[in-house]
Amino acid sequence: MPVATENAIYKLLEMYRQMMTIRYFEENAIELFAKGLITGSTHPCIGQEAIAVGACAALEEGDSVLATYRGHGAAIAKGSDPKQLMAELLTRTTGCCKGRGGSMHLCDKKKGFIGTNAIVGAHLPIAGGAALAAKMRGANRVVLCFFGDGASCEGEFFETLNMAALWKVPLIFICENNGYAISVPTKLSQATPDIADRARGFGIPSLIVDGNDVREVKEAVADGVARARLGDGPTFIECKTVRWERHSAFSSGRYENPEEAQRWKTVDPIPRLERILLEEGADLEQINRERVAAQEVVNDAVQFALQSPLPDMDSIYEGIFAEA
Amino acid sequence: MAVVTMRDAINQAIREEMVQQPEMVLLGQDIGAYGGTFGVYRGLFQDFGPDRVRDGPLCESATVGFGIGLAVSGIRCIVELEFMDFTTVAMDQIVNQAAKLHYFMGGQLTVPLVIRTPIASRMGMGPQHSQSLEAWFMHIPGLKIAIPSSPYEAKGLLKSALRDPNPVLFIENVKLYNRKGDVPEDEYLIPFGTASILRSGSDVSLVAISGTVPEALAAAEQLAGEGISVEVLDPCTLNPLDIETLANSLRKTGRMVITHDGYRTCGVAAEISQRIMEECFDYLNAPITRVAGLDVPVPSGPLHMDVVPNQQRMMAAVRHLMN
Ligand SMILES: Cc1ncc(C[n+]2csc(CCOP(=O)(O)OP(=O)(O)O)c2C)c(N)n1
Repeated sequence: MPVATENAIYKLLEMYRQMMTIRYFEENAIELFAKGLITGSTHPCIGQEAIAVGACAALEEGDSVLATYRGHGAAIAKGSDPKQLMAELLTRTTGCCKGRGGSMHLCDKKKGFIGTNAIVGAHLPIAGGAALAAKMRGANRVVLCFFGDGASCEGEFFETLNMAALWKVPLIFICENNGYAISVPTKLSQATPDIADRARGFGIPSLIVDGNDVREVKEAVADGVARARLGDGPTFIECKTVRWERHSAFSSGRYENPEEAQRWKTVDPIPRLERILLEEGADLEQINRERVAAQEVVNDAVQFALQSPLPDMDSIYEGIFAEA
Repeated sequence: MAVVTMRDAINQAIREEMVQQPEMVLLGQDIGAYGGTFGVYRGLFQDFGPDRVRDGPLCESATVGFGIGLAVSGIRCIVELEFMDFTTVAMDQIVNQAAKLHYFMGGQLTVPLVIRTPIASRMGMGPQHSQSLEAWFMHIPGLKIAIPSSPYEAKGLLKSALRDPNPVLFIENVKLYNRKGDVPEDEYLIPFGTASILRSGSDVSLVAISGTVPEALAAAEQLAGEGISVEVLDPCTLNPLDIETLANSLRKTGRMVITHDGYRTCGVAAEISQRIMEECFDYLNAPITRVAGLDVPVPSGPLHMDVVPNQQRMMAAVRHLMN
């Protein structure tokens, strides 16, 4: 087999393992929530793994990522340790945020994962500011920000598009259009079917990709990243995808149309990547090996989290303010 | 010592820190060549240029958000919000983001962001440009609040704010911008959590905030002529709150009046009063009295001066406590 192909397969397998890690991670999260070990709620990104993995594959280590409460996958794809992430979901002291954040508030600064946010749309201007910082420092770094179709209706979305375009900051907008904001389908919330059109109005190069095709996502993001590194400002990428059955493990709401509950399975990015891998010349054994590796990583993460202590009240007032 | 206006004292503090912190950035609207809505930034754009003094679009929320993004990336930032009333538009970024990120991210992110905003009460600008909303922010853990009333306090506190790794809401006052006072020529910082005793007295402690301070001092002067000795205190910062200095004053006088332009209900006075009761109830000779803004939308026109505290109301409250 030519070296080029081997490399390509290696990279695809790497992405496959990440996607499987995210899938297992989220399946476990749902189970742990059902057992009462995760409080509040947890928002799985099952079915959307290709976006997190494809987009982060186009980044370098010094680049930064911001995401939403549905951003466990983004954290994993940016290189955070699933152990610390799972421990955070279970609000253990060993979690990436010392158990203070929980499922919706993850952060791993060392890995450039500036974090997830539970206020819809609020992290967009923060991402803009981080991108402005990158630009001012001239370090050739970029910032990537994931958000949903719902967020694209918030005022801060438009404010950030304007400011990011105006100041030409190295920011890649990744809209994960999964068709729903909790129970509201996009046809009841969006004046136009394509969110990418809005970015065009601000003069931002924007395109629509199949969010369930990890290669397509990666290529589109890589173009945006290259543009950002050249100093040409933001890029907007709308990834069309499909959300898993429910908004969160806590939500009772189903899709208004029950047939849609199964729709994602027909476009599931994981079997799709398996088919691509086979076409490219990988064999089943290689695929299985990655799958098992992912499973092990997640099993270890769950064990680690379960064995870690919960914080106690002694530390509750610590860290409200940073020390000078 | 030099006599300067509060506007110039603030300008000096920013200028000095812009020199000492070469990455520091200013964001806001009308902050470029125009020099800021109330002229606080005069000369900064000319001296530090458009990259560091970034005049920007009218979007308070994203402007604060960008400030947070810069701050968590290690670039200190000041966001100017033109009137305190407009903090409402940026509330999520201030309350849910800036104030909380450090805590819930387990200390990984710090937010060295100063949000400067002036109260514009006593100006007759009507219900949407006159509010003193400091109590809202005092309610939020994670947000430091400075609210100076003199050039000396303003410069020293702003210098501290600009060295603090935490988000600081720095509340100014349009009516005080021209207030003059002594400011040391040498660099100085005033630590947060230190109340000023602006005038010593033994009969009543009068705690005054922001725009009420000049009239509180005038009230104390006039009451001295009537044989009533009033101690005037300015908390200077609301978070942290120097309850100790206020409580020590109360222990001496046994009586306290608290005055601010902010609405009476759930105002800062309510909190200070409760804290004083918790600290030194046994020393109270009379109930603590509030002289606060009336609980009405601030009217335009001449009536606006009757809804905020004035010298007469402060003196009446003090006299009442002495009887
Ligand atoms: C400002 C704000 N409004 C409402 C909510 C409640 N909420 C949480 S998630 C969500 C749906 C957001 O949908 P979308 O942006 O499409 O992201 P998705 O959940 O589909 O990933 C809503 C309304 C919130 N967290 N923040």
